[in-house]
This record gives sequence, C-alpha cells and structure tokens, in this order.
Amino acid sequence: MMTEPHTTPIVEMTGITISFPGVKALDDVAFRLLPGEVHALMGENGAGKSTLIKALTGVYGIDSGRIVVGGVDQVFSGPAAAQDAGISTVYQEVNLTDNLSVAENVMLGHEIRRFGLIDWHATRKAARTYLQALNLDIDPKSSLSSHSLAVQQLVAISRAMVVDARVLILDEPTSSLDSDEVARLFDVIRTLRDQGVAILFVSHFLEQIYAISDRITVLRNGTLVGEYTPEELPRVELVGKMIGRTLEVLSELEGRSERAVVDRSGTPFMQAVGVGRRGSIEPFDLDIYPGEIVGLAGLLGSGRTELARLLYGADHADSGETLVSGESVKLRNPRAGLAKSIVFSSESRKTEGIIGDLTVRENIVLGLQAERGWMRRVPKKKADEVVAQYIEALGVRPANPDAIAGNLSGGNQQKVLLARWLATAPKLLILDEPTRGIDVGAKAEIQKLVADLAAQGMAVVFISAELEEVLRLSHRIAVLRDRHKVAELINSDDVTTDVVVDLIASGGTSA
Amino acid sequence: MTGLAQLTRHRLFWPIVALVVLLLASTLKSHGFLEVTVRDGHLYGAPIDIMRRSSILLLVALGMTLVIATRGIDLSVGAVMAIAGAVTLTQIASSPDPGAVSTVAVAMLTGLAVCLVIGVFNGFLVAVLGIQPIIATLVIMTAGRGIAMLITGGQITTVTSAPYKTLASGFWLGLPVAALIAGFFFVVVALVTRRTALGVLIESVGINPTASRLAGVRARTIIWTVYVLCALFACIAGFLQSSNIMAADSNNAGLFIELDAILAVVIGGTSLAGGKFSLTGTLVGVLVITTLTLSITVIGIPVNAVSLFKALVVIVVCLLQSPVVQHKLRARRRQAAPVPVEVPA
Amino acid sequence: MATDEMTVKARKQPEPKLTGEVHRSRPTLDRRYLPVLGTVVVLALMLIIGGSRYENFLSGRVMANLLINNSFLIVVAVGMTFVILTGGIDLSVGAVLALSTCISAWMFVHGWPAYVAIPAAILAGALIGWAVGVMVHVFEIQPFIATLAAMFLARGLCYVIAPESIPITDPTIIKLGTRWDLGGGWAITPSGLIALAVVVVAFVTLHYTRFGRTVYAIGGGEQSARLMGLPVARTKVLVYVISGTCAGLGGLLFAAFSSSGYSLTGVGMELDAIAAVVIGGTLLTGGSGFVLGSVLGVLVLGLIQTIITFEGTLSSWWTKIVIGALLLVFVILQRLLVVRRR
Repeated sequence: MMTEPHTTPIVEMTGITISFPGVKALDDVAFRLLPGEVHALMGENGAGKSTLIKALTGVYGIDSGRIVVGGVDQVFSGPAAAQDAGISTVYQEVNLTDNLSVAENVMLGHEIRRFGLIDWHATRKAARTYLQALNLDIDPKSSLSSHSLAVQQLVAISRAMVVDARVLILDEPTSSLDSDEVARLFDVIRTLRDQGVAILFVSHFLEQIYAISDRITVLRNGTLVGEYTPEELPRVELVGKMIGRTLEVLSELEGRSERAVVDRSGTPFMQAVGVGRRGSIEPFDLDIYPGEIVGLAGLLGSGRTELARLLYGADHADSGETLVSGESVKLRNPRAGLAKSIVFSSESRKTEGIIGDLTVRENIVLGLQAERGWMRRVPKKKADEVVAQYIEALGVRPANPDAIAGNLSGGNQQKVLLARWLATAPKLLILDEPTRGIDVGAKAEIQKLVADLAAQGMAVVFISAELEEVLRLSHRIAVLRDRHKVAELINSDDVTTDVVVDLIASGGTSA
Repeated sequence: MTGLAQLTRHRLFWPIVALVVLLLASTLKSHGFLEVTVRDGHLYGAPIDIMRRSSILLLVALGMTLVIATRGIDLSVGAVMAIAGAVTLTQIASSPDPGAVSTVAVAMLTGLAVCLVIGVFNGFLVAVLGIQPIIATLVIMTAGRGIAMLITGGQITTVTSAPYKTLASGFWLGLPVAALIAGFFFVVVALVTRRTALGVLIESVGINPTASRLAGVRARTIIWTVYVLCALFACIAGFLQSSNIMAADSNNAGLFIELDAILAVVIGGTSLAGGKFSLTGTLVGVLVITTLTLSITVIGIPVNAVSLFKALVVIVVCLLQSPVVQHKLRARRRQAAPVPVEVPA
Repeated sequence: MATDEMTVKARKQPEPKLTGEVHRSRPTLDRRYLPVLGTVVVLALMLIIGGSRYENFLSGRVMANLLINNSFLIVVAVGMTFVILTGGIDLSVGAVLALSTCISAWMFVHGWPAYVAIPAAILAGALIGWAVGVMVHVFEIQPFIATLAAMFLARGLCYVIAPESIPITDPTIIKLGTRWDLGGGWAITPSGLIALAVVVVAFVTLHYTRFGRTVYAIGGGEQSARLMGLPVARTKVLVYVISGTCAGLGGLLFAAFSSSGYSLTGVGMELDAIAAVVIGGTLLTGGSGFVLGSVLGVLVLGLIQTIITFEGTLSSWWTKIVIGALLLVFVILQRLLVVRRR
C-alpha cells in the first residue's frame, strides 16, 4: 500500500454502502482523491465503479458512510449540486447536444449576458479561452457534430472546467478514441492535473491506466480490493485483482479432467475468415467445431461482444467471409443467423433479451415462433411441452409458465433466454455473459448445462468476464484485447489464469 | 375483499363502470332507454342504435389498436375513410347500373385496392424509412381529403344503389348489417391475432423492438403489416359511413375519427407506449364513447359539451396510466415483496 | 466574467440580426440551414411561377394580404415552433385559439372592457398550456395525448361559453383589423404588426436567452441537457405555456379577422401550424429549426392558396394535396439529413 499522502484529500469517501433490492452494490467501500493526481478506478463490470461515481455525484443516495469534499461533509441531491461543489463529470457517451455549436456546448447555462440577453461575441470569446486552455484550437462557432468524438470529449471537459471544477470525473472517456486521440486527451489530463485538479479516471484499457495514473483503486463485487501505486502493481497483478483469482464456491465443477477431446479433423461448423467491422472489431479468424466450447477471454471493451454479434448477424460484417459447414454465407441480420441454426444470447438481458411484459411461456416460444413465421403458430400442445421441458430442465423459478418474465430474477431470466434458444435446436450457441449478475447456484447450473450441450455435439461460444469460468468450460480460448483478437490457445492443464492474464496484459507478445 | 380488490384492479374495470353508469343515467332519465322492440321484423331501440353507431368507430379502432401495439399511431384513418367513400361512390355513380350487386362489389374492391396502396405507403414511411409514425401518417391526413375531393371533383357524390345502402341501413336476422360487419371483423381480428402468432409477435415488437429483432422476429414486416391492416379497416369504415348517408362527403367523412379511435384504444387499456393490446378493451372503449355521445343527448346535456366529457375521460385515464402514478400505486402494493433488481454496473 | 472589453467589441461587430439565420459569414453552409434553405427555394420558386403566370401576382396588395390574412397562423406557428424544438407537439392550438375568441366575445357581450377581456383570453391560453406542460413533464404523458386532451377540453369550454357564434363589436378588436395604407397597394394591419412583433420576440428569446438555448438543448437530447445541469423541467413546462399563450393571442387576431367568437373556429388549424413548422425546416424530433423558418412555412402555405385562387381553374382541394406532398418531401429530406448525421 501507498504511504500516506502529504496533501489533504479533496474527496474522502469512507464506509460507503449502497444496497439495491436483494444486492449490495457497494459494501463498506473507502475511496479518496487528492488534488493534482490522476486516480484510476478499476474493476470488472458490476464491480461497483459506476455506483461509486454516482454515489459521489449524488445520483444515488448512500445507505451508510461519509462523503467529505474539501473538508466538508456532503450529501449531494444530484449532478447539479455536485457541480456547484466543484465536481464535474464527463461520461462515456458524450453528454453534449450535437445540434448546437461548440461554443454553446461549452457555455450552455453559463452564457455571458448583457442587459439580460446573451452576448454571443463575449460568450464565444470565453468559450475560446476555455478551449485554448486545453490546447483545443477549434472554431467555437462550428457545429459540435462536425468534430470527431475525441474533440467532442475534449469539449465536454472544457465545459466541465467552466464551472471551476476541482474534481473531474472521467468515466471511460477513451472507449471510442483511437491512440492519437487518446494521447491528446492525456496531454489535457496532465495539464489539468498540474493545475491542481483532482482527476478520477475510469477505463478498461490497461495501457492507458499505466500511462496516466498516479494511483489505482481496485473494486471487485462491490468491495474494495485496495489502493495502489502503478509501480507497486504490475499489470498481471492488477488483472488478477480485478478478476478475482480464487473462486472457492464453484469447485465442484472443477471438471478439467473430464473435458472431452474435441475432434477437429472434420469441417468446422463455422469458420470466420478475416471477418471484421470498422469501429467495433478488427478482422479476425475463428473456427468453431461441433461439440466445442470456444471461450472468448478479454476485458470489457476488448471486442468480445462485438465479435459474437458478427457471428450471429446481429451486426453485419464489413469485411471477411463466414462459412457455415463449409458453405459461404452472408449473415446480414439475426434471421439469417437463426436460419443457419446459430443463436445468440445478448449480454444485455433487459434491453436485448427478455421481452419484459410477456410471459415466460411467450418468451421461451418466441425464438421458435420467429423461425416459423407468424402464420404457423407453435401448436399449444407443443409449446406447453417445450416450455415445461425447459422450465424443468433449467430449473426456472417460479416454475410458472404464465409468470411475467420481467418480474423474474436475473438468473431465471437468463434461463428463460437459454430455453428460448435451446428450443430452436441450435447447432451453434453464442452466450455473451450468461452468468453475469446471477447468484452462485444458478451460475453453476448454467455452466453445467453448457458443458452438457457441448458434450452432445453443440458448438458453443462462451463469453465471460470471469476468467476462471472461461478456463473451466472452454476447449479453446481466443484472447481479445483493444478490439483485436491477439491469441488463440487450446485449453489444457498448462493453461492457467496466469497465462491468459499475461496474454491480456501483454497483448499476445509475451506468450 | 381480495376478490373485489382484484376486480377493481382489472384494467377494464373502470371503463366498464363508466359504461354502466352512462347506461343507468340514461335509463333513469328516459325509462325506455334500454328497451328493445321488434318492428317490421327488425330490432329497434337505443342498444341497437349504439351497436349501429359503434360499428364505424370499432372498425377504425380495431386497426388503430394493432398500430398502437407496435408503438405507432395512424392519423390518416379519417382521410382514408374519405378516399374510400369517394372512390367507391364515384365508381358506382358512373356505372350504368348502380343498383347491381356486381357494380357495388367491383366498386368496393377498387376502394379497397386504393386504401391498400395508402396503407403500404404509410407502412413504408414508418417501417422502412424509419419516420416517426405521427409525422408519416400526417402526410396522408393532410393530403388525403384533397385526393378524395379530386376523385369526386369537389362534389358531394350521391348515389342511389340499394345493395350499397344495405351496408349501413340494412338488417339481417333482425340486426343492423353495419354492426354485423364490424362484429365480423372484430371476431376475425381477434381470432387471427390470438390463434396465430401475429398477436404475440406484434406485442413483442411493441414491447422491445431490439430484443425482438435479435430473437429473429421480422419486426419490419410486422410494422408494415399493421399499417396496411389499419388502412383496410378504415376503408371498410369509409364504406359504412358513405353508405349511411349514401354520399361521399370528402370534407366531413371520418373527420376527427382518428382522435376518437385513439381515445377508444387508450380507454381500453392499450398503452400508447406499445406492447400488450386488448381488443376487448378497445370494444369497451368504443362503446363508452358512443354511449357517451348518445347518453348526453338523452340526459339533456347539450351535444356540444361531449368533448368536455371526453377531455375529462382522457385526462383521468391517462393520469391513471401515467408512469408516475403507476409507480406510486405499485410501490404501495409491493411494499412487502421487493422485486429482484439487477446490480447496475 | 463579462469584461467590458469583450462586450464593447461585441457591439462594434454586431451579430447578424433577423436575416442572420440564412446569411452566413463563412463560405461553407452549415447543415442546420439546409432545410430552411429548401423552404426559401420553394418560396422563391412559387413567387417566380406566380409572377410569371399571373398579372398583379407580385403586387403589393397580394403580398401584403399574404401577411395580413395569415397573421394569426404566424403567431400560432411561432408557439408551435417552441414546442416542436423540444421534441414535443401541441395539438391543442386550434381549439385554444377558438376558446380565446369565445372568451373575449363572451366578455365583450357581458360588458367587460377590452383591457380585461383581452388579457383574460390570452391568460386562458397560457393556463391550458401550463396544464399541458405539467401533464407532459410531471406525469410523463406523451405530448400527443396531453395536448389531445387539452384540445377536447378547450373545444368543450368553447361550446359551453358560446354555443352560437357571438359577434364582436368591441372597437379595440375591430381596430386590430384596420388596414393602414403604405402606398403601392402595400398595407399593414395592427394584427400583422403584432404577428411580426411576436416573431421578433420569439427570435430574440430563442437565440439570445438562456431559456431559448435550453429549448434547443432539450431537443438535442433531454438526458444530456439534464446532465449538463440545465433547468429541463421548467423549460419543458414553459414551452407549452408559450404555445398556449401564442394560441390565445392568435385567437384575438383571428377575432379581429372574423369579428366574431365561434366555437368551431380554427378546426384543424393545429395541422396547418404543424405543417408550416415542418415545411419551415424544423425537425419534428426536436433540436433543429428556426422560428423564421416557420414564418416562411406559413407564407408557403398562404402562397399555395393564393396561387390556386389566381389559377382559377385549379380547384381548392389542390391546396391540401400540395401541402401534403410538400410535407412528404420535407419529412423525407429531414430523415435523410438525420440518418447522414448519425
């Protein structure tokens, strides 16, 4: 751990606990931010980073704990109140209005007025001053939408500085920037830091964390893992701390020895050759054999979801060729994937999976029904059979086909989704984070089910943020980093989390 | 106690209460209100009148329900009615034998074909070009009556054709033909949406378009289809309306019926945000609106005040449906059992 | 922060005023102006075609009438522009306009003086607008339904107040319609001047006040506007109040035009106003458009009618067809612009 800082923290949060119904999102978390430092907040999805930021900026109320800003106990009523106290936030999606000019976006709500009317000349001049403070030499009169995302991100930071921010929160500001743009953003961040601004930085890109951070706080599952300096925390250790290397509870599934040998002599069920899509994933090659579980390992934002979407046809690829059972196919839309017996379960259960207001029965039958078209309704008898079969097999609770799917717990919704896809008798099952945010028992059941399905000859693509899980299930592992597929390895007892973590951290060069 | 609570929670409880109250009030004022008599082998009386008058609105509201279930709206139905009347009556009027069944049939088929084209056009704007439904259908709403007048040459085309007159004024098995037609289509749509998978797919698209698309549902085709259906039902409503007055009045045919239809759908418990729809609810909504109009005259309130009552009904129903009020109600109901919520990332 | 130096410079180099929306100092044309430019082109084409086909078409009298006869619609369209810029819609304007004519007529008949009746009529519009704003913002009822309810409500009140048409003889209202000859056939009425004043006030409000810029910001993205710390709630309610107020004022101008208060006034006027706003280049999704565009939109609608009158052989229903066709063209054009921006 780091030695005690010499300066007084500008933000000091202690004992922060926030519960949502049934879940503790943050459990006794402490966090501090010093003036003139860049402090990285790290953790996988669901670790509690966003919750912590929202607790600080007043979006969420805290159940217990203290927030001290500039030596004063504070409970903010919302982002506006936090702004007044000098805490500005720049979000991942640029929260500006692209129908207005750059100057307006910087100055909205703070325009310079004369006789009650906006003095545009003075306002633009002020905007230019703020922009130039960040070395941003663009015409304030130009439309925001005419600039790249990187510039828009910098404009958002300029806006944050208008309110005299002492604390600047950057929530994944680099997720859509290329390396030159990131370099430019970092110059700005360093300038601000040198002016004494405290910067809270969230990013999933390890390189960037090491390039810019003065200190790193790691969260996992809503708890504090620790606060470190980059020097004392090598990349491998950081990834290890984020992912959590010890998973005691699931030991009963430690099934490495029983992992079947996959026959890779025949034609793969699916071959992707140079398939890619600009701005989401660089061209990659991937073969998937029947009966094989291919795990995708990589941090959030590494392109694992994007890759999976291309395999299904949820997005369509702009390069490369896809072959299914040796035949070239064009997967333009989800129906095309479905027609080839490929199914995809999205990581966003709520927005891209479950049809909330429909019943469990209707949700399960939906995939089958979509395949048949609207006229040939799945016969009631068959629907009942299928639904009963999967509710039973997957252990959906409540075991009531007429329950409204939106009211089920996350794990049960996931099972309903699995049932929807399994009912279509797929040959390739793509699962994006099927075990995220669900309890341990349900997790184990789903893992077991996936292993069984593969043993019966189904090809599976399995994505999970939990490396242990990927390693336990997969026959082969594709490693992704920064939207590239960087390595592919056959799983064996020699492949440990350390090996994969190394690959992720190094980008495939040291393996 | 719980049984009553459950009953009041049913989404059709309040609309049906409104309907019963209206009927009771009318009966108190005019004792013979609910009486049905047989005259010339036909049934007569206020209930039959309500059925007959409801038929046009029911047909329009039927299509509107499907459109609204997909998160859409169709403002063009009134104009489509005008066009349907104009096309059909112009053709009947210009035929040498306006009284022949074949003439009427051909004319009506022509009307249906024209309305089909309009439905395809609306659906194209919404489903393919992705234009907001309100604006997309505003185009025909604005231009439609002009087109209808273009067809009739600006005249109110009148015809004398016994078969066509039967549509609105005839009786069959003692019941008004118009009501039978509307009832027939109501049953057909109910059967088709609930016996095939169309209903659940429409709801699925309305509730969550993204998830539906990822589940392989042909969202675009479904949205396109409901606009075509809506135009076709408006067309049939146009037949009934023009048959009622035996004239194609392009200016007034179906004027503002889109608003009444939307209102009927909303009263019937189908949310404008799309998703779950209830055809029975729409039927109740239509009956409430028709009865409201009729009762008000019986009770002795000036006809013109109808819209004031409609305003109150819309406001009350919408406030009860509004997310804020719903949330409060639900929060009260579920104090004991918290719903599992996923951890926000 | 506003140093004197800055503001002095600002005065030396004044911003382009009213015409500034279509005039640009920079050579490249901002995409935001494309739809309005389309309207200008359409308007110019219509003037050229009209001028070349008919005698006296471009006369002062015809042009002046264009403004005078549409003054109430201009005022209503200006209010509608505020609402549509935030991404909402207001179906109640026609009915509120009628309510305003009825209230003023009723009050005059019952002996109220103009200085009470006129503010009362406008206030009624503002109140209905406020109620709509609350329904939309607090209860999250879709603007379409909330304003539909307001439309029924206003219409119903009209019938209660004035079941029959009430003639208006009040000198103040009548005076609004007096033609002041400007020579060469040109003329202006106080109604026309009021409409122009409303346009100027609206323009200044939208472009030179924080409220106006917030209106645009909400249209660009309500969530973003909220996160930027802008007063979203207040602004959203206020735009409906403005629209209601404009409809109330429009009612007085219409009363001057028709010399009566009648419950069936302005039936379907909301559609004309929406069409004018869309043809004037305002995006119905909000955030982009100009109040001057809406004025041009009203003039386009007026010119269509004028041309059809001049044509003589063309029947009146062509007005609706042409408006519908123009609407279609503009809606598709806007859709393409939005798609390309993404």
